[in-house]
Amino acid sequence: MRQYIRDNEVSEREIRVSATMPGHARWKEFKRLGKGLLFISPWLIGFLAFGLYPFLGSAYYSLTSYSVLSASRFVGLRNYQELFFEDKLFWISLYNTLYFTLFSVTLGTVWAIGLASLLNLKNVKGIAVYRTTYYLPSIVPLVAASVVWLWLFNPQYGIINTFLHYMGVPTIGWFTDPLWAKPAFVIMSLWGIGGAILIYLAGLQDVPQELYEAAALDGASGLQRFWHVTIPMVSPVILFNVIISLIGSFQYFTQAYVITSGGPADSTLFYSLYLYNNAFSYYRMGYASALAWILFLMVQVTTLLVLRTSARRVYYGGA
Amino acid sequence: MLTRCLRGRARRFIVGILRHAALTPFSLLFLLPLVWMISTSFKSDRQVLVFPPVWIPNPIEWSNYPEALTGLVPFLSYTKNTVTICVFTMLGALLSNTVIAYGFSRLHWPGRDILFLAVLGTMMMPYQVTMIPLFLVFNRLGWINTFRPLTVPAFFGNAFFIFLLRQFMMGIPRDLTDAAYIDGASDIQQLVRIIIPLCKPVLATVTLFQFLWSWNDFLGPLIYLNEARKYTIAVGLAMFEGGYGLTRIAQLMAASTVTTLPIIILFFFTQRTFIQGIALTGLKG
Repeated sequence: MRQYIRDNEVSEREIRVSATMPGHARWKEFKRLGKGLLFISPWLIGFLAFGLYPFLGSAYYSLTSYSVLSASRFVGLRNYQELFFEDKLFWISLYNTLYFTLFSVTLGTVWAIGLASLLNLKNVKGIAVYRTTYYLPSIVPLVAASVVWLWLFNPQYGIINTFLHYMGVPTIGWFTDPLWAKPAFVIMSLWGIGGAILIYLAGLQDVPQELYEAAALDGASGLQRFWHVTIPMVSPVILFNVIISLIGSFQYFTQAYVITSGGPADSTLFYSLYLYNNAFSYYRMGYASALAWILFLMVQVTTLLVLRTSARRVYYGGA
Repeated sequence: MLTRCLRGRARRFIVGILRHAALTPFSLLFLLPLVWMISTSFKSDRQVLVFPPVWIPNPIEWSNYPEALTGLVPFLSYTKNTVTICVFTMLGALLSNTVIAYGFSRLHWPGRDILFLAVLGTMMMPYQVTMIPLFLVFNRLGWINTFRPLTVPAFFGNAFFIFLLRQFMMGIPRDLTDAAYIDGASDIQQLVRIIIPLCKPVLATVTLFQFLWSWNDFLGPLIYLNEARKYTIAVGLAMFEGGYGLTRIAQLMAASTVTTLPIIILFFFTQRTFIQGIALTGLKG
């Protein structure tokens, strides 16, 4: 009972009243519910109108043939059948997205933790300046960043190839070469990773200093301390970041739309881009809804898998 | 004694140098694209394609800016559209999320915590899943080619912001509002007089991130605005790139600079709020 009172922070006076007057108590409870719902009503309405309805709606539309111009027609699982068995672009876009996800998430994680560790060095004057410069690219509007990188990667005039040229590397086609277009997007994603760096930095700063001291006393080297103290202590942060960036890379759209529109030879036709094309270029709303639902399931399954496989490796004992 | 002390200081000096030597190259790597963007925006058309690239434009071509802003595409009106959308969404985010978070933190009612889980659940929903039915609804309402599909949803709360504000409001001691409650203050009065003033730092984070999202949003305006004079700068810049991208590079970079600079200036004035917001929630800017 005490626990209940504390959890709900209901004053003792109220409990006493409710014990003697059950009818009155129920009425009070009802009033509290009403008031609570009233306060959250904007969210509730928004959730029903902009969340639940379209969520279920797209499940329904995925079973129809619908082009906005004409009425929707129920076709059962026809869209899914076409996607899985007849649509080569579906598989290409899936492959492109998984390729990008694999490299951008793994390289991004290592890169961000590495840079966060650098920023965590003690006794460096002007460390705030470094932190700012590492973070800055991540707030540059995606379209502006895309426009700039399109030119940085220009095979003939771009500064990247100019630099590689000095190093004796032959010209790389980047966004114009099916082999190099995806790596170019991965490199670009490493540039805008400042948000993750700051999150890791906050995680690193939360690691208790005593643990390092204890490890040092036991004769652990710097690398051992990093591997056996730092990594386990920030593992929840890593898990969080990996999930966020997985979801993000499944939805990768703006950069691909602006820079390559899926080319060359569909090598950068990412999943969300293909979905967008179906919905708003070909007006195949039903088909695009089927794509959306597959995306939804992929995100859920991947997240669940990551959570499952990491359960034993993530350390939550810190708090 | 003296030599040991010196050696210690020398050692520290060298370690310091090494640390700077490790940190600096990455700073250059991160800044270079932005430096190139700004530098190119001041180049003459001929100097843009010079090989090897020139870092300091000579002569400085100021005219790229007026040309990009008013000549090739109406960038000023794109900016006005974007600012309009930003103002409405910031207003919507502030109004709705404070009230909703109050309901999820300071009030006690059955089912509250279960519904809060539902709030968190919506964060896992990819935008693409709800995109098509929402488009169809807004289409039926006749809202296509208006700012309404981009602004109205902001007045109905956002899971990240609700979470952020709720966590903060949970931490405000009960005693502070109890005194007001005994004096007969209603919930709205408690919210306005006690809770909101205490939440100022979080509300600043909410405002800032909402501004960033609306300023940077591309997919939303791309879907809902199909008339050139309604474009936001993000869409306008993409269309500019698609139309003149191969020939008017200097002007394109001037336009990119104009898109980016307000964000960077804002960042320098609000660094604390920025960093706090990211560290608190893992929000991506």
